[in-house]
Amino acid sequence: MRAKALNPLATVGVIIYPGNDTMRADLYHQMLRARAYETAVADLWLRGLVSGEMHLGTGEEAVAAGVVTHLRDGDGLALAHRCSPPLVIRGVSLVPMLRELLGMPDGLGHGRAGHMHLFSRDHLAGSSGIVGASLPMGAGLALAAARLRPECIAVAFTGDGAMNQGMALETLNLAVAWDLPLLVVCIDNAWAITTRSADVMGGDLVARATAFGWRTATVDGTDVDAVHAEAGALIAQLRKRGAPAFLLAHCPRLDGHFLGDPMLRMAKRPLADGRETLGDIAGSVTKAGGGVLDRAGGMLRMASLLVQARAGAERESRGDPVRKARDAMAADRAARDRIERDVREEISAALSVALADVPGGADA
Amino acid sequence: MAQDETIVLIGEDAPMLRAPLFARFGPARVLAAPISEGAFLGAAAGAAMGGLRPVVELYMVDFIAVALDAVLNQMAKLATFSGGTWPCPVLVRAPSGGGYGDGGQHGQALWGMLAAIPGLTVVVPSTPWDAYGLTATALEHDGPVVLFEPKLLSAEWLQFLGRGSRETVTFDVPPAGAHGDVARGTMVPFGRAAVRRSGNDVTIVSLAVGVHRALEAAERLANDGASCEVVDLRSLRPLDRETIVSSVERTNRLLVVDEDYASFGLAGEVAAVTLEAGLTPQFARVCLDDTLPYARDLEAEALPNVGRIVEAVGRLTT
Repeated sequence: MRAKALNPLATVGVIIYPGNDTMRADLYHQMLRARAYETAVADLWLRGLVSGEMHLGTGEEAVAAGVVTHLRDGDGLALAHRCSPPLVIRGVSLVPMLRELLGMPDGLGHGRAGHMHLFSRDHLAGSSGIVGASLPMGAGLALAAARLRPECIAVAFTGDGAMNQGMALETLNLAVAWDLPLLVVCIDNAWAITTRSADVMGGDLVARATAFGWRTATVDGTDVDAVHAEAGALIAQLRKRGAPAFLLAHCPRLDGHFLGDPMLRMAKRPLADGRETLGDIAGSVTKAGGGVLDRAGGMLRMASLLVQARAGAERESRGDPVRKARDAMAADRAARDRIERDVREEISAALSVALADVPGGADA
Repeated sequence: MAQDETIVLIGEDAPMLRAPLFARFGPARVLAAPISEGAFLGAAAGAAMGGLRPVVELYMVDFIAVALDAVLNQMAKLATFSGGTWPCPVLVRAPSGGGYGDGGQHGQALWGMLAAIPGLTVVVPSTPWDAYGLTATALEHDGPVVLFEPKLLSAEWLQFLGRGSRETVTFDVPPAGAHGDVARGTMVPFGRAAVRRSGNDVTIVSLAVGVHRALEAAERLANDGASCEVVDLRSLRPLDRETIVSSVERTNRLLVVDEDYASFGLAGEVAAVTLEAGLTPQFARVCLDDTLPYARDLEAEALPNVGRIVEAVGRLTT
């Protein structure tokens, strides 16, 4: 069922890193691959070689690695708009993924799909740019697994913001009603686009899932070992046909809602990138109409959003899961160095193949 | 279902509505769905991705409104997004249309809206023969299909939704649409219209119940010396442009009879097809112009009926 290797450089083998802890090394390797891929994509986007919005999964690597490394052939994977880390870790070839983003005819979707719509039939993996759609897709993949592939399951990745979408809530009910072998991994970065989730959500998500009859767990989504253990337990039960499982994983959103996120730019460089918007706000708040308390409330909420946006997006902060996983490898410098070298080589090889005939691609 | 083990049937009340299938194939293949079209149509797309061939029954096409994402953004786009490698074989059965007094949220046609979506196949039978044949074709098709089932042509739906065992309620059911032979194993191809009546003066393009109304009108008009050709589209996407164009080439008069909304839909599309072919026929349309009214007399007037068709043909031929 695995993809035939289109490019040997982009094939993911199971590399066993010698060292004290091969599992830890493998998880760090996969996280770093996902981060390096996204970093490369960000660079291509900034250079204008990739069009449209770009939603990176930076900050989600521990969740992706901790869950996806449990998947086997025949398991389904339903993804949202930040689909790259799980696909990279699942073993989808990097060159066709990159070629798709570059809009090339030999891209994963022949240049007709884009980064929110990456599909790999060989991996039973699909994604969607419609917020919430990964849940019904995952339910369907789980239904097919239940009928056609005993012991196989489906995993749907989604976000906290998506859990207020009708089809997501409906799926919380459907999966239990149909007893589907589905794991929903809800990546909670506390943001729903540029709105704080807490400001627009009733109740809490684990309580919701519990109320619908799901087995639930909550995990620190920056701790890959914890995610791996928790997901492993839930998936093992699902393979034995337990009730659907809901894993809530908290993690940061390092690059805003999308690259060029205007709120994040404004938060990081208020004078350079926020001047126009801040000017508009200043002009508006001094006009007549609107109560004093309303104005104060609005301004405070805006200011708090900007502060929180800035705080959540500090790369290399203590909350960065890749940095945490790297620190955890400190005792095994040799393995860590080798992993980092391997990932650098893999990404750079994939990039050089993907960019070979792209105008402006060689300027890196 | 006996021949293809990957077929599963999904729908609200499926065990009751499809009791014989439920009794034969059991709850794992005839799935009772919650009233949750967004989830179960979306899950049907995912199930097709995973190797099943779901047949999803909507109670009425009106309810697709709460689940349009599954059809518009998931099923219809999978083949394109996957570079043609991943088909999405889902059959959506969509009972449609008015004529039994169920009001404006339960009597719409909406096929024009759905047929606008690339990646979908949209078929609308007007006879039992075509209903069987198009279903058979859909079950071997590699992509998503929406099969409309005009409720006025289904004794089962009329009894279930409109009559409720009352003998005091009647419907204007076209007999040739509601009853007729089917031939086991005979498929009806997509994209092929049927000329139900030949004529030289006016081309009436229609579908579903409208075909039968048009045939009745054509019979009446023949007595007045107007010769109408009646084209039953049967399939909207793909659309049989050739049959439309070759008929209008002869008649140079085009009337579209469609119980879907008049504007921005099928009627305009058929007109565009003839214009793109270089024809400039006189054109008229008899469609639904407003929200379908509840009162039986208002409903009968709002839907395409024989009187409105005769009148429109009169305008085209004088």
